[in-house]
Amino acid sequence: MIFPFVWRILPGPTALKVLELLVLLAAIVFALFTWVFPWIAADILPPPDGTVDVTPTP
Amino acid sequence: MTAHETLPSRRSRRDGDAGTDGAKRPTRRRQTVGGVVVSLIAELLIIAGAGTGLYVVWTAWWTDVVAVNQQTKLVEGLHQKTTPTTGTGTEHHGPAPVLAEPPNVTDVFGTMQIPRFGKDYLRPIGEGTDREKVLNTIGLGHYQDTAMPGAEGNFAVAGHRVTYGKPLNQIAELKTGDDIVVRVTDAKTKFDVWYVYKVTDSQIVTPDHVETIAPVPNKPGVEPTADDRWLTLTACHPMWSAKERYVTHAKLAYWMPASEGTPKEVSETSK
Repeated sequence: MIFPFVWRILPGPTALKVLELLVLLAAIVFALFTWVFPWIAADILPPPDGTVDVTPTP
Repeated sequence: MTAHETLPSRRSRRDGDAGTDGAKRPTRRRQTVGGVVVSLIAELLIIAGAGTGLYVVWTAWWTDVVAVNQQTKLVEGLHQKTTPTTGTGTEHHGPAPVLAEPPNVTDVFGTMQIPRFGKDYLRPIGEGTDREKVLNTIGLGHYQDTAMPGAEGNFAVAGHRVTYGKPLNQIAELKTGDDIVVRVTDAKTKFDVWYVYKVTDSQIVTPDHVETIAPVPNKPGVEPTADDRWLTLTACHPMWSAKERYVTHAKLAYWMPASEGTPKEVSETSK
């Protein structure tokens, strides 16, 4: 479904498709590391911060 | 069945677009609606799995890479010059010079060395314990309104035990008598002093136990005397959990102006 579709829409011969796929994956990982994961860590699943407080942080 | 009727027609439209790859057509399997749904779910699960795995890689590894890099730069930014190590300076035991508490959260005013954590262990200390601004970036954060190093009272510091450079990763390895060496540097006022603390005890508490960072640890309301010059480290416990806090107390052994020399506790290690 998704994977064959991506493979189909990538232009060029197989070797070029592989290269495009790697670039695409690198871009996705970059976007996740730079924007998505910091946002998840800050707003959705804050990791323990090790402070003592009257109102305990999660 | 309508599914069997609609799918081949969609297929043929697609194949029409693809043009001349007719040779591949006989090898393609016919897909039923159920098959399409199942393979879509399977692919979404693969993507979710890969994303979750990447998130773990990001938290456990990438945040460390970024934070350690940043913290190294912050230490360099303090311009702490290497102090003379030959014929170490006097170990002062009297009232210590104390830097005024920096006014702004994120102000970096010193460094911490803990030989038990390795001879290269050298981390910046920032003002405040804001998770985003201090703990995730600078690493060690000074609880606002607690004492400054060398002062009567409790110099309390928080730090991550995992992720973001994990400055207090090995806090549970500290033993009574271990050295915690703090150096406070302020270029503007030419303030540069070493403070050597010795670990006295550790405790594990729930996060609401603020009395652990009281001026006299665990004795809230008691006025500190000249003998009460404490340092407290707090980190999460157990690792990867926010359930409890690992708290280690240390007491000032002596102080030394950086112009006089380097404490023997770190001169053997940091060359």
